[in-house]
Amino acid sequence: MISMACNIAGVPFKNPIIMASGTFGFGREYAEFYSPELLGGIVGKGLTLHPKAGNTGSRIHETASGMLNSVGLENPGVAAFLKDELDDMTRWNTAVIANVGGSNLEEYVQAVAMITENAQKRRTMNRRGVDMLELNISCPNVKQGGMQFGIQTEVARDVVRQVRNVTALPLVVKLSPNAENITQMAVMCEEEGADGVSLINTFSAMKIDIRRRRSVFANTYAGLSGPAIKPIALRMVHQVAQAVSIPVIGMGGISSVEDIIEFTMAGAAAIQVGTYNFVHLQAGAELVYGLEQWMQREKVQSLDEIRGIL
Amino acid sequence: MANVISNVALVPGIYVMKIEGTFKGEMGQFYMLRSGTGYPLLPRPISIYDIGDEDISFLYRVVGEGTSLFSQLQPGQEIQLDGPFGNGFPQVEGSLALVGGGMGTAPLLLAAKHYPHAHVYLGFAQQSFGVDAFEAAAASVQVRVGGSIVEKVDPARYVNMFSCGPTPMLQALAEKTEGSSSRLYISTERHMACGIGACLGCTMHTRGGNKRVCKEGPVFPVEEVDFDDLHGV
Ligand SMILES: Cc1cc2nc3c(=O)[nH]c(=O)nc-3n(C[C@H](O)[C@H](O)[C@H](O)COP(=O)(O)OP(=O)(O)OC[C@H]3O[C@@H](n4cnc5c(N)ncnc54)[C@H](O)[C@@H]3O)c2cc1C
Ligand SMILES: Cc1cc2nc3c(=O)[nH]c(=O)nc-3n(C[C@H](O)[C@H](O)[C@H](O)COP(=O)(O)O)c2cc1C
Ligand code: FES
Repeated sequence: MISMACNIAGVPFKNPIIMASGTFGFGREYAEFYSPELLGGIVGKGLTLHPKAGNTGSRIHETASGMLNSVGLENPGVAAFLKDELDDMTRWNTAVIANVGGSNLEEYVQAVAMITENAQKRRTMNRRGVDMLELNISCPNVKQGGMQFGIQTEVARDVVRQVRNVTALPLVVKLSPNAENITQMAVMCEEEGADGVSLINTFSAMKIDIRRRRSVFANTYAGLSGPAIKPIALRMVHQVAQAVSIPVIGMGGISSVEDIIEFTMAGAAAIQVGTYNFVHLQAGAELVYGLEQWMQREKVQSLDEIRGIL
Repeated sequence: MANVISNVALVPGIYVMKIEGTFKGEMGQFYMLRSGTGYPLLPRPISIYDIGDEDISFLYRVVGEGTSLFSQLQPGQEIQLDGPFGNGFPQVEGSLALVGGGMGTAPLLLAAKHYPHAHVYLGFAQQSFGVDAFEAAAASVQVRVGGSIVEKVDPARYVNMFSCGPTPMLQALAEKTEGSSSRLYISTERHMACGIGACLGCTMHTRGGNKRVCKEGPVFPVEEVDFDDLHGV
């Protein structure tokens, strides 16, 4: 019997295919195209303690085999998420991961404390809450948007430590490819008690409108994602997976079953799919079915057989 | 995936592509179109131009790499399309003007077919295209090539107006409509990635807060539109 199931920090996933933050909303829109229950999990849109309007002007630009985004963490805030979105998300039988960002330490800590308290309360009422937290210390699109935390290991250490102090929920830290040393960053997360790391977020990048002689984005820089970043993401996942013993969730340009296999061979315990959701609205379903077929064809019973073989 | 039936240039650089299949869609809604594999990655939003029992048509201008690939499609070749998406023009009663500029004429044809009593105003910078389709559908069609079509429109004559076109044209019409009792609805544009409301890439600032052009729009009552934001894109 083939099994795609995996377990990350005690949370069961029916398969390793998870939808990446900011590319899947809170699941509702895509649920019109296929059942989110097919998926291993969903990471919701990045949350901040207070609602955020996001960036003005152009937010998207396509590049060679990728895209730039400057959404700027537009989101309803933690309280509205818990009130208006979580019931819908937990209705589907798939893991629910809350992605949390912040512009200062207190915001991170408060946001995580609120989500944790909510999860405990729901549990006492026999209701599902958030299954896992993904700490976003890596958003390049907001001026005070977390990325400063994602560059220097010692700055990030504070956030991870303080957040760990206020939550017993499984905690995954999402790393930035813009980090000075991503392996060191991952090792620090393990030292501070994170249950896993996920990587990578977008690369800080740029596009100039030569006619108007200015950046296409009001914020000058934007985040690069999509197939263009895949080879670099894969290398980073490989390096990090060798340096830590906690699970590594890999992402960056994944657009096919073969890509998933590559990340698994590089050591990923699970993967996330971002930009590819925009290319094919049914990306999640296609990859889940495709992965199962691949395992049958290749007579691979469990991805453990190929995980980290490089 | 669906098959292209025909893909012809009306004038250089402006094509009508007809695609085989049974499709849904209301006036002002759009589809996300993508051709080929690989590059460009993202689908492109294109308004529904016309719908038949067994086909759907799009009127598009070649502006960059995506639309350039569209223009190379031959009959029998495949194209990926998802839709219909967005919130189109509303159902209205009473007199109606449809005011289109350039490619902005595309989403108005279905409205003209839906409201045969509508008066149609079409403006073009250099060369007109697609006018005959409107003439076949509408009671009256006025065309202007070069200069502003807005000059020909008297908002006081209409209970409702639908418009789509370049931002300066829309703004001119909005200013002219101010003070009249005419209700103006305009179709807006924003770069899109998902087309279904999930990525927040198409968010526009409106007087009612942030709105997603692909979901709450692309058609908005003019009172909601913040023209500064529209110009900024
Ligand atoms: C709701 C809606 C309906 C539209 N209907 C039509 C139509 O009926 N006919 C038509 O010719 N065009 C229409 N457009 C504009 C059309 O989507 C763009 O011209 C097209 O995406 C350009 O793609 P490209 O690859 O050729 O250009 P490129 O400049 O190479 O595109 C690069 C990026 O910019 C985006 N982009 C460029 N120009 C625009 C624009 N004006 N609006 C939105 N995104 C843009 C592309 O989607 C892409 O992400 C519509 C746009 C929207 C939002
Ligand atoms: C439009 C868009 C919005 C995103 N928003 C978030 C976010 O809110 N929080 C976050 O941690 N990552 C966000 N990301 C990053 C993705 O989750 C993912 O890390 C990145 O896009 C790389 O994966 P991909 O190449 O498969 O897209 C966003 C990416 C895109 C394209
Ligand atoms: S294009 Fe993604 S939200 Fe509108």
